[in-house]
Order: sequence, then structure tokens, then C-alpha cells
Amino acid sequence: MNCRSEVLEVTVEARQVEEAMLALLHTILLHRSTGKFHYKKEGTYSIGTVGTLDIDCDFIDFTFVRVSSEELDRVIRKAVSEFKDALSNSGSDGMGQISLEFYQKKKSRWPFSDECIPWEVWSIKVNVVNLANEQERQICREKVGEKLGEKVINVVEVINRHEYLPKMPTQSEVDNVFDTSLKDVQPYLYKITFQITDSLGTSVSTTMRRLIKDTLAL
Amino acid sequence: MDSGLSPQDKKDLDKFIKFFALKTVQVIVQARLGEKICTRSSSSPTGSDWFNLAIKDIPEVTHEAKRALAGQLPGIGRSMCVEISLKTSEGDSMELETWCLEMNEKCDKDIKVSYTVYNRLSVLLKSLLAITRVTPAYKLSRKQGHDYVILYRIYFGEVQLSGLGEGFQTVRVGVVGTPVGTVTLSCAYRTNLAFMSNRQFERSAPIMGIIVDHFVDPPYSSHRPANMGQPCNYRPPDEEDGGAFVGVQDSQEVCTTSFSTSPPSQMMHGGKEGGVVLVPAHPVHGADAHLTFEYEYLNLYEFNLPVSPSSGDDDSLSHSGDGRRDEGRRSASPSDPVEALNAFTRKIGAFVNKPSTQITAASLDLPFAAFAPRGLDSEENDPMVQPPDSPPCPSPLQASLHSQGSEGSGPQDDFVMVDFRPAFSKDDLLPMDLGTFYREFQNPPQLASLSLHISSQSMADDLDSLPEKLAVYEKNIDEFDAFVDMLQ
Repeated sequence: MNCRSEVLEVTVEARQVEEAMLALLHTILLHRSTGKFHYKKEGTYSIGTVGTLDIDCDFIDFTFVRVSSEELDRVIRKAVSEFKDALSNSGSDGMGQISLEFYQKKKSRWPFSDECIPWEVWSIKVNVVNLANEQERQICREKVGEKLGEKVINVVEVINRHEYLPKMPTQSEVDNVFDTSLKDVQPYLYKITFQITDSLGTSVSTTMRRLIKDTLAL
Repeated sequence: MDSGLSPQDKKDLDKFIKFFALKTVQVIVQARLGEKICTRSSSSPTGSDWFNLAIKDIPEVTHEAKRALAGQLPGIGRSMCVEISLKTSEGDSMELETWCLEMNEKCDKDIKVSYTVYNRLSVLLKSLLAITRVTPAYKLSRKQGHDYVILYRIYFGEVQLSGLGEGFQTVRVGVVGTPVGTVTLSCAYRTNLAFMSNRQFERSAPIMGIIVDHFVDPPYSSHRPANMGQPCNYRPPDEEDGGAFVGVQDSQEVCTTSFSTSPPSQMMHGGKEGGVVLVPAHPVHGADAHLTFEYEYLNLYEFNLPVSPSSGDDDSLSHSGDGRRDEGRRSASPSDPVEALNAFTRKIGAFVNKPSTQITAASLDLPFAAFAPRGLDSEENDPMVQPPDSPPCPSPLQASLHSQGSEGSGPQDDFVMVDFRPAFSKDDLLPMDLGTFYREFQNPPQLASLSLHISSQSMADDLDSLPEKLAVYEKNIDEFDAFVDMLQ
């Protein structure tokens, strides 16, 4: 199966990085999360309810919708915060990329570990700029808000093509498809990684891999 | 075409499409209420959460949607449209966007109805949640209240986009294929926000100065129905009408929440679904049903408004009609700075009939007040803005300005309109502000001793006259010696 790959690019000011990343990652996860599955006997299951929450950005004229789950929000914020710190500490010219990858686990026989097969990867390329004065920052607020709106429309367009999605698993297989660790919602298995581009423009000078979900346990 | 679709699937599909339409309307209208929406996730499914999404049902909106649908479903050639428009306190209105739920003929016969279609409709609703925050009307709706309100209208049938002006944009939210056709959800939104130009918009300040009881007499009817005008914070029905409604699930069928992981032929539905009789929806407040109205007011604020935070006013003005405001500003600036100030503060302050202290407080709160527009001549003649019963001074504000301007102190002196108004500038003894001081400081008058007409002699002349002076001093040397002795 081919992995679907989508790239989004944004140009933001340093203080807008966090909110821009949260907006896009949460928009994607909103579409890629369901309610908790409750399996019953006779092979049926029911699905819990996903609530939503409007979040206003402080540094961008933008409001996005995220899943109403504090646990999920914490996880995403932590990853974005690490990305933001890496971006500002890298000393590069402020270019980096954060990737949200949805994958399925495929059990392998011993002694091989489970395979993680990505089926959708979203890469968000970030270009950080410095602005000279307040007027430029004000314009940037609005412009970045509009750009994020366009990116949300792009995300929605891709998702609504209804291309490959893992089929709904049986109870024994659910952990191979969904992240069942949260108590209120159930996103597809995902991991977030990022990399910072150095000033020479080479693709990777430092690569940091942060595994949100333990996938390589033997 | 229904061939190949089992009766149960057909029934399910109709139900899904019907409730999808109702939920679509709820999402759109709630996104334009002007406040942030927050619903909770629940790991245990309840029977009323269609598409596994927590979307509240505002009863009036459901009622309005059902009335528009009139028992039909969106189908080919029969689209359900939600039109969002803006209405100013003056009575002008403008369509902002139209959301269309359409069905076309492209069928997907192989798709599983109560599984794939249901899930895809759920994803489409999530997309709708995201997209409703992205179109320009969202920001407008968040700032509604003082100058304008956002209205919605639901209609069924042909899509009408002519009211959106030229150059409207379309964004497609998504599509879901079903065995009977493809459901498409899209939004056409206005990009040209210049307000209706056939009105005289030089009088832009009347937005502020309008009589606040405008909405008591609604434009479409002689009496105002009890449920017209949702408050800003939507109150659940049990608070409003003391139990006339049985709650959210009043007229809502229970949705399918059970799915099967086994092949379709063994698909079971939870025992809850199907066969639930629709409780006939009744009007919210008995005979005061608003069914004769095309428009329903979403927000009705108490119009005894405190002086609003001026930044909100500024923003709402700028959003509610950039064109209008610009037209207002194009009129000639009054030459009298006090008049300019008066007009300026009138525009930005809340209601001109308020006491001057309140208006000045509003003006003080303004960020970037110096960049606000100058006043308008025509305001002086506007009876709405100028109360006719104050002949000596056109306004209490102007009176106070005249009286205090001569003293050169007090908070109103901060309103002296100059181009550059630095923060925290304060008047001391001089009736001058920091900006004027800086300008004068940078261009000081020349020292008198350095001016040329006093020291007309050049250095050469000085040198030439030295020998003569020395000769005179030598002649009088005895006098100088005696003088020095005297000093010692």
C-alpha cells in the first residue's frame, strides 16, 4: 500500500510557531480521531462521542477547532514545544519541518518486532522570519491567519478524498490501528517527528525522533 | 435509483441524510453565534450523538431547519441552503455566505451505508466544523453585537448566490458518495465587503448614535415573537421556557451507535434504533411562533450597553463595512481642531448622548487613537447625532472642551488632536504636549550672541583695530596702575 504524503508550508514569526503548528496538527487529528470503541459480544462495537473545542490564537488572527481531549492536547503541545525549542536553539536560519505520521502496526512473528507501516504522512514545513516593527507584526498576524485558513482548506480537501483508511479492526486488532491510550478519544496510531534544516539548506543536520507511541517494543 | 439497496439500508440512508442535514445547520448556525463552541467528549455513547460528534441542538434552529425541509430530504435538484447575512443597526443587510448541501446523481453503489457512509458523513461534519472557522464571516460573527448582528436563513430548493456580490469565492467542504447520489457540502462566500453603496455612508457615526431600541420593532412583522433573538450566550431550553421542551432529544430520533466488525450480512444494529416515532416539534412559545419570518435573529443584546471597549468598536466598524467607513472618512476634515476632536470622539465613543466623561473614557481606551479618522462635517447636521436641545454648544463634549481648553489641564486636554501623540504624555504648566516640545526642541531659535547682525565686524577688522587700541592703553597706563593698586 502506498503511503499518502502531504506537505504544507507556512512562514511565520518566531512567536507564532507554536500556535500555527497546534492549529494544523489539531485540525488533522480532529479528522483522524474517533470516539472510544466499546466492543460488545457478537462482534459489534459502539463508538463514543467526540467533543470539539474552539481555540483562539493569541499571536495569529485565527481560530481552530480541536478535539475536546486534554490528554491529547497535552501530548501535541509537548511535541510542538520541543519542535519550537529545537528551532530556536538550532542557530539555523529558522527552517524546520514537523511531521505527523499515521501508521498501522503489523504483527510479525518472533524474533522480528512489529512493523509500523505508515499510511498517511503530513509534513509541515516551517520558515521562521524576524520582523522589524509592530506594524509588520500586525500585518503578519492577519496574513498568517489567512494562510492557516488556506492550509485548513487543503487539509480538509485531502481528507475528504476518502482515500485509504485502515479498515475497522476487531477487538484484538484495535491497538494495531488506533491509539487506545487516551480515555476520551481514540485517534489513529500516530507519531510526531521533526527535523531542523541547517543554514546550508541540507535536509538533515540534526534529526530528533520523538516517539509518542511506543512502537518498537520487543 | 434504489436498485440494489435493501429496504433497511434505504431507510438508514434516508435517516442519515436527514440528520446530517440537521446537524449541518446546527454547526453552521452555532459557528455564527459569535462565541466559542465547546462540547465534551464522552467515551460512553449516548443515543443522541449523531455521527459520534457532540453537537448541541438548538431547538429553534432544528425547528427552522425542519420547517424549511418540510418533510423532504436534500436530493438531486433539491438543495438545502443556509444563508448567513449581516444586518447593521441601521437596517442595512448584506449576504455574507451561503452553505449548500446538495446531492448529485453520481452514485456509489458498492458503498456500505450504515458503516462507510455514516463514518464519512461524520468526517464531513468535522470538516464543516473546521471550515466554518475559516471563512471571513466567522471573524465578523465573533465581533457582532453593537453595530450589527448575524442572521441565518434556511431554504430548500434552488441555490441562490446572486446576493453574494461579484467575485464570491467557493470552498468545497467535502463529498460523500452514497448509493443514491453524492452528497456535496460547499460554501460560497462574499469577498467584496464594501457595503451597499446606494446608502449615504458619510454618516458612518450613526451606527453609534442610532436609537438603541431598533430591534424592538422588527422589520418584518408587527410583533416580535418571544423566541426571536437568541442571547449571546445560548441558554438551554429548560431555563428559557420552564420545561416547554423536553430537552435536546425532544424531536430527535436515536441514532445508530452500534457497528459490527463482522461482514455486512450479519450487521446488527443496537436495539435502540429504528421505529422511534418523531415527536412532533411544537413551537417554542406557543402561539408566538415565528414562522412568518424569513430571518431569525441570532443575537439580540441588551442595548443599554455600557461604553464598549473601544478596540471592539474599532474592529467591528472596520469589519462591518470598510467601504462605508472609508467613505465616511473621505469627507473634508474640519479646520477647527476642536471640531475635529469632537467629531472624532463622537465616532469612537459609544453613544453621543452619554455624559462627556463616559465618552472621554472610551476615547482614552482607544489604542492608536491618533490614527483614527478625523471628524465629519455632516455629523453636525445629523439630528441623530446632535440632540437638538442644546443650542449654545452642539454637544456636551464640545462644551466641556471649550471650558477646559483654556485651563490647559485636565484629562480632556489629552484629546488635542495632533498627528503625533506619544504615550504617557502629560500636560504640565505649558499647554503643550511632548510632540510639540520635541519639535520645538529640535529647532531651537538661534542664540542672540551668535547672530550676525550684532557682531558685524569680521575677525580681520578686529585685528586691524588692535594697534590703535594698544596705543590708547599705553597712554593711559598710569590710570590702569592706579586702579590695580586700588584693588589690592
